[in-house]
Amino acid sequence: MKVKSLLVASSLTLVMAGPAMAARDYISIVGSSTVYPFATVVAEQFGKTGGGKTPKIESTGTGGGFKLFCGGVGVDFADISNASRAIKASEVKTCADNGVKEIVEVKIGYDGIVLANAKTAKQMTLTRKDIFHALAKEVPDPKDPTKLIANPYKTWKEVNSSLPDMPIEVLGPPPTSGTRDAFAELVLEQGAKTYEWIAAMKATDKKAYKKICHSVREDGAYVEAGENDNLIVQKLQSNPKALGVFGFSFLDQNNDKLQGSVIEGKAPKFEAIADGSYTVSRPLFFYVKKAHVEMIPGIKGYVTEFTSEKAWGPEGYLADKGLIPMPEAERKQVAADVAALKPMAAK
Amino acid sequence: MNNLKITTNLLQPTDDLKRRYRAERWFRRLGLTAITLSLAFIAFLFFTIIRDGYTAFTQTYIELEIDFAETAFTRENLAAADYPGLVKQALRNMHPEVTGRNNLRLLYSLASPAAAYKLQDMVEADPRIIGTRQKVWVLADDDVDMLIKGNSDRNLAESERRITDKQLEWLDGLREQGRLEKRFNKTFFTSGDSREPELAGILGGLKGSLLTLLITLSLSFPVGVAAAVYLEEFAPKNVWTDIIEININNLAAVPSIIFGLLGLAIFINFFGLPRSTPIVGGLVLSLMVLPTIIIAGRAALKSVPPSIREAALGIGASKMQTVTHHVLPLAMPGMLTGTIIGMAHALGETAPLLMIGMVAFIVDIPGTIADPATLLPVQIFLWADSPEQAFTEKTSAAIMVLLGFLIAMNGIAVLLRKKFETKW
Repeated sequence: MKVKSLLVASSLTLVMAGPAMAARDYISIVGSSTVYPFATVVAEQFGKTGGGKTPKIESTGTGGGFKLFCGGVGVDFADISNASRAIKASEVKTCADNGVKEIVEVKIGYDGIVLANAKTAKQMTLTRKDIFHALAKEVPDPKDPTKLIANPYKTWKEVNSSLPDMPIEVLGPPPTSGTRDAFAELVLEQGAKTYEWIAAMKATDKKAYKKICHSVREDGAYVEAGENDNLIVQKLQSNPKALGVFGFSFLDQNNDKLQGSVIEGKAPKFEAIADGSYTVSRPLFFYVKKAHVEMIPGIKGYVTEFTSEKAWGPEGYLADKGLIPMPEAERKQVAADVAALKPMAAK
Repeated sequence: MNNLKITTNLLQPTDDLKRRYRAERWFRRLGLTAITLSLAFIAFLFFTIIRDGYTAFTQTYIELEIDFAETAFTRENLAAADYPGLVKQALRNMHPEVTGRNNLRLLYSLASPAAAYKLQDMVEADPRIIGTRQKVWVLADDDVDMLIKGNSDRNLAESERRITDKQLEWLDGLREQGRLEKRFNKTFFTSGDSREPELAGILGGLKGSLLTLLITLSLSFPVGVAAAVYLEEFAPKNVWTDIIEININNLAAVPSIIFGLLGLAIFINFFGLPRSTPIVGGLVLSLMVLPTIIIAGRAALKSVPPSIREAALGIGASKMQTVTHHVLPLAMPGMLTGTIIGMAHALGETAPLLMIGMVAFIVDIPGTIADPATLLPVQIFLWADSPEQAFTEKTSAAIMVLLGFLIAMNGIAVLLRKKFETKW
């Protein structure tokens, strides 16, 4: 008798608990692991200064974040998705199919990608063509530049005689990482394009072009060091001959131990990335569901905090964490669009 | 018959015997070496964790004289006042000779952003301090903290340090005036997650773990014990029971992330329970722990000798009475041991929680089982991924707390087993 009533009571609680929890009063954010360090700072600031409950932020990766974001409209679905790239047309379509019609796109700044090594070693001066030769899976044959062969270069000196004679060892993100995609697009692809016949292939055979530009060598010279950038930093310190690929914020926080390589004549400094002269940088975004702004308290406040000068300006706290701010005119434009909650134009 | 030479003599060991003894000695030595090596590795693990983490239990504080000027506040909205500005003003008053944007930034970066939050809490708790000057001990910035604790070397060249020579000068001055000291890090145990290492604490993770494990225990223990009793005492020996047994044994070996996928598909998508809450985490972990409890429970029930059952039946007890009044209490210590081991396993799990959204940045301490929460192992994982150098010691300290809990739980399990073990 006691057991039966206990069972009935517990099952009733579970059933009633479902709809009772439907009124979510905190913001749910998903998305990129690159934007995560910046979004978390804004969220904490928003929560502490009384704007509302601190938003919950998950680091699911840009692609995973869009999957959750485009699931639908309602308290069961995420409100905001962080992204280290612009939303694709196919993702916008998935969103529209599931009822997410009005999305507000907010660009928050730039993130630099650096190729760093320990300060105890010599700073490397590289061009994107050198990096392409060092890391791509297939490179043009030095004897016959119109043919591709498996990457034969073993030391940096073989790639470019002005570089030191050390074996090529680069620690970098795995294929699941947005940083790896960005690195392939901004460095390897640009390096490959210096060969005119490869650049011409972009128009004729896109698949083969992508394969040449984005495939990284798998013979041990490029080591996939996982998503844990702290591990890469530790490994670089213990092995001065190795280089590492990661975001600028990690270099900034460890600038007493690591130095970034000079790429295309520019060292990765805050000012160089901000004015665009350091070429390896990409914009960061977050996307807001306009339909949720009425449903969940605090979205407007959080977005206003993120787009305020004290957050994303050159003197702001996000810049202290390694986010490169946009030029002033662009900041003003985006802030105005966000205040009006202007939905994205159709792609 | 005559060719048989008598070669054995009990007083003289033969070659064969010597060889056997030698082999036995080598086997013993090998076993001893293996155990010593494993203990050495464990000792090394504990040593590195404690070496990296013990400094996290103290935190550096700076004393500032804050002028809560009336002009900085508006009565209607105390939260909107420029608290960072008050901190900056206090630092400028201490060193009025510092000018220039870059030098001022270096001066301001001595105090943590937490200083502004502390002032805000002070004013909101007692608005009467507006208009007075107060001496306030505030948290120092995490880079300053690393230097004072010796985790970053002040003797390196300036370009290899995060603290510049000017800042070192100011810090030495503060130390001479007695305005710089290290205190016990209470914040580590009383606050939740934060992006600033000096503000980060494990309370959110601990409370989340507590709530989740509470739900796991309350769901898996009754169901596990009841299932073990049914399978062992009441189930008929047929094909269906065999299938159930095989499935339970297999489930005990299934990778834990599969349970996370199950939780996502059923609890979140089908039942509509909220993401990232202890209730979903508890449900998923209880599914994971259930096979362990059932298997341990069955082993405990099997170990109760049949004479107990026969004696109970012999004096007139029904089957139900035999099980509940005689067999179950005697098997309970074994079941408890299995449960505690299962709970300790669940305490350290992170993979299934990834799928249900509990790997997230959550600052607020969870109040009920329906608030978003994170668990202690998840907290460790998130901190290990952060770029700030000060998080290394926090990660190690949190690992120490987690290991402490796990050792305590397993210790209790061993004690219970020893105490209530009945030698038949």
